[in-house]
Amino acid sequence: MLNFIFRRFVLIIPTLVGVTLASFILIRAVPGDPIEVRMGERGITAEQLTLMRQQLGLDQPLWKQFLDYEAQLVSGHLGNSSITHAPVWDEFLTLFPATLELALAALIFAAVLGTPLGVVAAVRRGTVLDYGLMAGSVTGASMPIFWWGLIMILIFSVTLGWTPVSGRISDMFYVEPWSGFMLIDAWFSEDKGAVWSALSHLILPMIVLGTIPLATIARMTRSAMLEVLGEDYIRTARAKGLKPSQIVFVHALRNALIPVVTVIGLQVGSLLSGAILTETIFAWPGVGRWLIEAIQRRDYPVLQSGTLLIAILVMAVNLGVDMTYGFLNPRIRH
Amino acid sequence: MQFAKSLTRSLMLGSTVALAAAAPARAASTLVVCTEASPDSLNAALSTANTSFDVTEQIADRLVEMEVGGSTLKPALAESWTISEDGLRYTFKLRRGVKFHSSASFKPAREFNADDVVFTYNRMLDHSSPWYKVGGSYDMFSSFIEPALQSVTKLDDHTVVLTLKKPSASFLNALSIQSLSIQSAEYAAAMEKAGTQSRLDQQPIGTGPFQLLQYQKDSLIRFRAFREFWGAGGGMPERAAKVDNLVFSITPDPAVRLAKLQANECQIARYPNAADLKRIRTTPNLTLQEATIASTSYLAMRTDHKPFDDVRVRRALAMAIDMKSLVEAVYQGTGTPAASLVPPSMWGTNADLKPFDYDPQAAKALLAEAGLASGFSTDLWAIPVARAYMPNGRRAAEMIQADWAKIGVTAKIVSFEWGEYLRRRRMGEGDVGMSGGTWDFPDPSQMVVSLTCENMKTGRNVANWCNQVYSDLVDKAGVLSDQSQRAALYQQAQQVLHDDVPVVFFADAKAFVALRSNVQGFKLHFLGGQPFGGVSVGD
Repeated sequence: MLNFIFRRFVLIIPTLVGVTLASFILIRAVPGDPIEVRMGERGITAEQLTLMRQQLGLDQPLWKQFLDYEAQLVSGHLGNSSITHAPVWDEFLTLFPATLELALAALIFAAVLGTPLGVVAAVRRGTVLDYGLMAGSVTGASMPIFWWGLIMILIFSVTLGWTPVSGRISDMFYVEPWSGFMLIDAWFSEDKGAVWSALSHLILPMIVLGTIPLATIARMTRSAMLEVLGEDYIRTARAKGLKPSQIVFVHALRNALIPVVTVIGLQVGSLLSGAILTETIFAWPGVGRWLIEAIQRRDYPVLQSGTLLIAILVMAVNLGVDMTYGFLNPRIRH
Repeated sequence: MQFAKSLTRSLMLGSTVALAAAAPARAASTLVVCTEASPDSLNAALSTANTSFDVTEQIADRLVEMEVGGSTLKPALAESWTISEDGLRYTFKLRRGVKFHSSASFKPAREFNADDVVFTYNRMLDHSSPWYKVGGSYDMFSSFIEPALQSVTKLDDHTVVLTLKKPSASFLNALSIQSLSIQSAEYAAAMEKAGTQSRLDQQPIGTGPFQLLQYQKDSLIRFRAFREFWGAGGGMPERAAKVDNLVFSITPDPAVRLAKLQANECQIARYPNAADLKRIRTTPNLTLQEATIASTSYLAMRTDHKPFDDVRVRRALAMAIDMKSLVEAVYQGTGTPAASLVPPSMWGTNADLKPFDYDPQAAKALLAEAGLASGFSTDLWAIPVARAYMPNGRRAAEMIQADWAKIGVTAKIVSFEWGEYLRRRRMGEGDVGMSGGTWDFPDPSQMVVSLTCENMKTGRNVANWCNQVYSDLVDKAGVLSDQSQRAALYQQAQQVLHDDVPVVFFADAKAFVALRSNVQGFKLHFLGGQPFGGVSVGD
């Protein structure tokens, strides 16, 4: 196992160099000079332009800019935002817990609801329930997030008044962001109403962000279950006279879970991209919005190092998923 | 737990401000404003963005400030000033009894004085100052103040002199930009001693009506009323805080800002969608405020290229655009056809000028007179981004294209990504293209000078139009100190501009804000940061 993890770590290094190179080149391939974008209609004199290019290191040849950036990474610095001048790492650390909190909530929502729905659809295969669930999941998987979010806000927040419109907690609560996870921070704040406020703010974005993974997980569970339910050992279990619930949950589900876990792991990437839209609609202060704004404003340091951090994260999750296989299926223990 | 708490807090120093030790969880009166984005910096000196100006406007003051909703200058931290005969020495008498905010890490030992003014200006002016490199670049200062300013000197504790390199009539008005807000020299010294210089910008204190309490990037900015605000006692009572707490709830999507307003999660929602204006007007409990903003937008023609060197061609093209329909379709009720470069919201506007009448027949005749009866082809550069002064450049370009086709002119629409568009225009590419902008300070000169002969070199004069009469009038107005004389000169210059048609104006754009009906005392400002002092929330 340790050997496996070590080998994976060694492989990660060239991947990361590749990621930094790709993000470095791609952002520069997008037309639009960061200084022109920043100065906008006000314009800029030639002297100012030269000075600002020097300040941002953009006057250097591209290869040197890249090598300087890599050297800076090796020494442990991710750079400063060219807009806010704050260290990229500080901004990431402030915003990432919000993204993680939302992504975890959405993933739990999707897995807790998606897996049993998939099981039900598989067990009741060919019935109205199965068709209904699968039709629902196709709809869910193809839901445009922006539209879905606005519809949810209009129905549940504006018309019914059940949930707050946006944000992470009511502005009435003064919560110190010491962990960055609003539920935890609210729990430790003096005002106990804060926890309920934080929870109620989480509901809509969680559902909106969790809808597509929910649909995917339900479909995946259904097909994996159908495959397993047709296996010989299930027939044997039935012949032995085991209770149907025991057959489904103990014998079938555990084996069907392997592809499902893979899918759940893969959802992390889509959760992060879905988070960009969800965070914008629900004014959720996370890294998705941060990166989009960095693209619009050509904030090279934020984009490069932000992409790198996200890449590290996705790789870590993938490694984690690979390691879980071993627990679920002793045959592929590394 | 306590250790973990303090560790995490210190890790997050860059983004979180916790100025006061304890704050009320629920307050008697709170005004929540749904704003559109996080500020680039909490110190407007380091920013060119309105999101930063909005923050600094609440917490700090300048020597001079603008009246809310108008373009008249008012004394603020400077009680009075005199300008020397040659226009080179500005002597400011400073206000006494002005207190700075205090924070968990700093308690001011003295009141505001000349040292603060000298520190604030020298930080940006003196490139060898250790403070110059703290924070970033001072774009507004280097664009509008530095070219004119020679030095800043303290005469006594309550008198400072700003010496100019050359006379500049707009200088005083430019001092009202939020980027020139006065910082505490004492706070700076304390932070320097502690080795935490960046706190000056990240946990700013000022003399304004609100003090900053907490900033969480992309989430909220929390302010608390500063009860010792100098203006409350008579200096500027309309700017004093009328609520205990002010919160900027950062909500990027305009539809969601409106939803929050309807749910009373905020009481003021800025920048509503044009498509929602009608609905806001008819929704009970909501009101809509509008103001003509200090902006201009026009279609510029390269007067040094054929056939645009002929004024008859330029006039024909202007008359061939159905501007009324264009403004209705593109601005959706947020603009009215314009004829004057300086908008009606600002002094120096020329109210006598009228937009060109839409007359394709006369336009065709003019073209024939210029020897172009069979028409010609041109490019047409469309602004690729939505701006208040030009909400939909593509749509506007398509309408112009269709109008011009009727007089035999074929226009090919050209557009680039925004930064690229700006760069290429500045480098002189394109024959016909859209331009525009918003004023940064209440002085007509900022946009008027862009069309002088001098500015052909800098690329700001996108029409490459050199009319000596216009340039002389503008230059003369640039050094006079009497505002009414200056206004008259700008009006004459705009008449020249109108007659020579290097540009065709689109619209005087309006800005909107949606409010709950119980919000009182709010007045939409037409440029720079929006003040929230003087605003209260009723029951």
